[in-house]
Amino acid sequence: MQFTLTISTLCIILIFTWRFLGSYITAVYTNKINYLRAAERLIFKALNIDQFGEQSWQRYTLSLVVFSIVSIFITYALLRLQGGLFLNPQHLAGVTPALSFNTAVSFVTNTNWQNYAGETTMSYLSQMVSLSVQQFVSPAVGMCVAVVLIRGIARRESKTVGNFWVDLVRGVLYIFLPLAIVSGIIFVSQGAVQTLAGPILIKNSLTHFSQTIPRGPVAFMEAIKELGTNGGGFFNANGSHPFENPTGTTNLLSIVLMLSIPVALTYTFGKMVGNIKQGFILLLTMAILFAGCLGLALYGESHGSIAISSSHVSQTISGNMEGKEVRFGTSNSALYNIASTQTSTGSVNSANDSYTPLGTTALISGMMLGEVSPGGVGSGLYTILLFAIIAVFIAGLMVGRTPELLGKKIQAKEVKLAGLAILIMPITVLVFTGIAVAIHAGQSGAFNRGPQGFTEILYAYTSQANNNGSALAGLNGNTDFYNITGAIAMMLGRFAVILPTTALAGSLALKKTVPNSLGTFKTDNLLFGGLLTGTIVLVGGLTFFPALALGPIVQSLSHKVF
Amino acid sequence: MKTNVITPPSESNAQIQSRKGIIGGTNLFDRKIILSSLKTSVFKLDFRVQIKNPVMFVVLVGTVITFVESIAHPSLFTWTITGWLLLTVLFANFAEALAEGRGKAQAQALRKMRSETDARRMLPNGTEESVPASQLLKGDIVICEAHDIIPSDGEIIEGVASVDESAITGESAPVIRESGGDRSAVTGGTRVLSDRIVIKITAEKGHTFLDKMINLVEGANRQKTPNEIALTILLAVLTIIFLPVVVSLEPFGLYAHSAVSITILIALLVCLIPTTIGALLSAIGIAGIDRLVQRNVLAMSGRAVEAAGDVQTLLLDKTGTITLGNRMASQLIPVGNHNELELAEVAQLASLADETPEGRSIVILAKQLHNLRERNINKDHTFVPFSAMTRMSGLDIDGKQLRKGAAQATKDWCVELGGIIPPNLDAVVERISKQGGTPLVVADGPDILGVIGLKDVVKEGIKERFDQLRAAGIKTIMITGDNPLTAAAIAQEAGIDEYLAEATPETKMNLIKSEQAEGKLVAMTGDGTNDAPALAQADVGVAMNSGTNAAKEAGNMVDLDSNPTKLIEVVTVGKQMLITRGALTTFSIANDAAKYFAIIPALFSKTYPDLNGLNIMRLHSPQSAITSAVIFNALVIVALIPLALKGVKWRASSATSTLRRNVFIYGIGGFITPFIFIKLIDLVVTGIGRI
Repeated sequence: MQFTLTISTLCIILIFTWRFLGSYITAVYTNKINYLRAAERLIFKALNIDQFGEQSWQRYTLSLVVFSIVSIFITYALLRLQGGLFLNPQHLAGVTPALSFNTAVSFVTNTNWQNYAGETTMSYLSQMVSLSVQQFVSPAVGMCVAVVLIRGIARRESKTVGNFWVDLVRGVLYIFLPLAIVSGIIFVSQGAVQTLAGPILIKNSLTHFSQTIPRGPVAFMEAIKELGTNGGGFFNANGSHPFENPTGTTNLLSIVLMLSIPVALTYTFGKMVGNIKQGFILLLTMAILFAGCLGLALYGESHGSIAISSSHVSQTISGNMEGKEVRFGTSNSALYNIASTQTSTGSVNSANDSYTPLGTTALISGMMLGEVSPGGVGSGLYTILLFAIIAVFIAGLMVGRTPELLGKKIQAKEVKLAGLAILIMPITVLVFTGIAVAIHAGQSGAFNRGPQGFTEILYAYTSQANNNGSALAGLNGNTDFYNITGAIAMMLGRFAVILPTTALAGSLALKKTVPNSLGTFKTDNLLFGGLLTGTIVLVGGLTFFPALALGPIVQSLSHKVF
Repeated sequence: MKTNVITPPSESNAQIQSRKGIIGGTNLFDRKIILSSLKTSVFKLDFRVQIKNPVMFVVLVGTVITFVESIAHPSLFTWTITGWLLLTVLFANFAEALAEGRGKAQAQALRKMRSETDARRMLPNGTEESVPASQLLKGDIVICEAHDIIPSDGEIIEGVASVDESAITGESAPVIRESGGDRSAVTGGTRVLSDRIVIKITAEKGHTFLDKMINLVEGANRQKTPNEIALTILLAVLTIIFLPVVVSLEPFGLYAHSAVSITILIALLVCLIPTTIGALLSAIGIAGIDRLVQRNVLAMSGRAVEAAGDVQTLLLDKTGTITLGNRMASQLIPVGNHNELELAEVAQLASLADETPEGRSIVILAKQLHNLRERNINKDHTFVPFSAMTRMSGLDIDGKQLRKGAAQATKDWCVELGGIIPPNLDAVVERISKQGGTPLVVADGPDILGVIGLKDVVKEGIKERFDQLRAAGIKTIMITGDNPLTAAAIAQEAGIDEYLAEATPETKMNLIKSEQAEGKLVAMTGDGTNDAPALAQADVGVAMNSGTNAAKEAGNMVDLDSNPTKLIEVVTVGKQMLITRGALTTFSIANDAAKYFAIIPALFSKTYPDLNGLNIMRLHSPQSAITSAVIFNALVIVALIPLALKGVKWRASSATSTLRRNVFIYGIGGFITPFIFIKLIDLVVTGIGRI
């Protein structure tokens, strides 16, 4: 009953944010609002940027790549050097090269895969500057790509697609900073810690037992962690730690923050192409996929773990409580983790590795379907549009015309670029998983053997190639092998998708728009929603079914849950 | 010069449509073609041929690997798989060969026609020499007399002749060709029936219309169309995506202590990659062009056929497409103090000698309305024929001058003779014009009796056709030389969307450009030299075979029947081609789900017996499951060949309803079908195994 209330509240808030945040984001990227004009001008002057100069897709992409490479270098350097820098009350040493590389890539690619425990590895400076800054700019980069693709579709015979620096700065200034500040204050009000005073030593005068409690600037990092679908928490325990996620309110707020921007972007899309229904159909597709995965997880977790039921402990009321916070219970934990895996956030409030095979299937499926329901900030929208192009092409042929998406003809070049962008993720996952299970360096990382061990490795690469960042904790990722292959997977999953996507935007922007007629393939009706859902499920299903069969599916079958 | 001119008989639309194309006639599944296609499919087992088709190339490579594996570890299973994989490639080759087969046979027939004829070449000094037709150069002058075969394409520079073009068009009635104007073009391979003509050769050696036709039906330089290229890329993407899926199963299997044999991996790969559409893709394109040839339309490129499917605006000539060629008298309206009987009598007399369809229709109307029989005129009389100067025709009899003609011309003539124009005449004339008719004023000397209303007769069923096109989102624009009033009335009657009245080549061109500027694709037909620029500008330009060489060069299709209604059929064929590709792609991908359910449990059921829970078809054994999936995958190609060659039906309706139907049939159907057939094949395979 209480869970129904949570879901209803969530839906109502999301409908509200869809409509209003969606139109606010549109205003940001179409230069309709300028209340921070002074700050903007200052930044553009300092960076020597012509605020009104537009870029071709090539220059736009180049700026994006240069910015990201520089970001990786700076983050890497700061992590390596943290031992000698300020804001290091615990006197933590510099981070090792492989881990620094993995972490730098991880935060720049909006993945936030963490092969470390934050409270014992990262200084306050690293957390606040190296990592948190990336938590602000990396989702803004994702937004840039989404906005460029929308512009490509909306513009006619245009050689330019916008200005990367302007889009980046405005995204951070108008969207991420204000929303993170407001939600950060709510986190603080609910009891999340925010201090630079360092860890505290607690002595129990009765037992003479003492304990060091790590603290830090947590609350505001928490806000941007969820809002930017980053997922990298201050503490190793992430969203299950009471300092990060103290109450039921913050739990719901976290879920809202993860979902709000990716969901609102469908409204932005509809608004910018001049047909809200187009965006609504994308939203509906996302909602169907989300509901499917959530249903599967709830079903799996409510049935409990076979390991516990075999020792004659009843789980009829609690469900599978292994690895879950008593504060949240199975339903709220499943909802949080599903929201996090479906949005490329990757934060957790319960242990993924302890989920039932069905629950694990649900968690991993959201990623395997390409992180589109609703996906990461920006990346969710541009990925679902890539799928839309493929769906439009196959189905569009069936109406007897050269397929079009919103009047833009989908031809060889578009199919090539969209196909390439969609190929990258499954190939990366399958190849790296194949290597890891075949060699000792890979096998030794997994805590378990058999299907669970296989799933842990498969999950790791699926998460990294999708820039999600969640993990099955049974895998020890802090080895050279996993640090380096993981970083490569993260970069491929991010940039090898962004490059064809911006090229696609450039190609679409140049095109004429074919006027609408009765012979036009409609992309704003339920039929297209069904086709798009079918395409996403089919592509994901066909590529990952064999792998899933050897992991969670065989586990589910042997647990007789079906 | 004798002018033994034979009038070409007018042909009804029904006749044109019922007639088979000249080069057609052979059944799609003719035994001879099937036999020669079987042979060709073996010849096509060549890596250099297969590399053009990434999907089938992978299958061929896979076949070679399983073949080697079968030799290394022979077993009934590996040999069966190898055999069926080979059959998969052969079936694909067979589909393509079959699609090419009819064209090849047709090309052969055409080649025979291009038999070596001798040409009479005129030398600059006026003498003649005999040279083989194949040695004629562009610019040569040749002479043809009755019974000669015209040696090459050219332009008549002197004379007029009746020509039998049946060799090209299949139409047995001869046509008139004469120097000057839009009827001066002659085609090599046709035969002069009468008279003598002097022809200037306009085609380069080996580039005559007949040569082009042979190349086209044979598919000699067939190039992939834009959508075909895009689809090939998508199929390549789907093939590439399944490579790591299958290859990674090897380490995944080893990790689970369950090694997978390479034969099974290749069987799985072949089942997953889109072989159905990959095998049939080129056959669909060839068959699409072939279907046009059957309708007597020669498309110079597949690209044009595909563009026809995209067309959003059709420019249709009024005459011959929307209306029957001729105007018919439909009403008699007396003016002044005359009555209708008087008018009918004079109108009939004035038209007696008028052999034009309009004239005949006036006589018939007079008979119908007032039972006036055609009278023998015994008295002294003179017929006054129509001339462009007077714009009137009639009869002088008994000292009376009976005339009918264009309103203004007749009025002027009466006034000149001292007549007074009846006050209600102008109103009547205007009314008829507004209704889309043509008024003919009838006069007896200076006395005006009334007006004959001639009306364009809109073709039966054409309105429904335009309604369908509108439902499919295609706009029709009528092109006519009529004034706007007349044009509007006909447009309304025929249910056409827009019209271009008083059209000139320039206004036509501007119309095309403005439609294209809106992002639309435009199709049109044309025949005159002055149509050439517009034909070239249009995305799909269908030139009438009866037209000039300039028009034929400018367009990207030639209609051998010279029937402007064809444009609608061309659009249909273009759409069918795209729909067939999309439908088979959808079917192919939707098939994969069932194949997974057959193969995946079979792969790992030794290590994980629980995986048998996925064996929802309850297939007998791992080997029978994999064999059945591979057999289904091969047989489905053969089963779909007829569909690929004939094309998926397209009924003009909105995109959404077309899509809904096709998604249901090929998407949902494609998902369910393999479950049923793989199970059936498994039963058969197991049954044979028991014996």
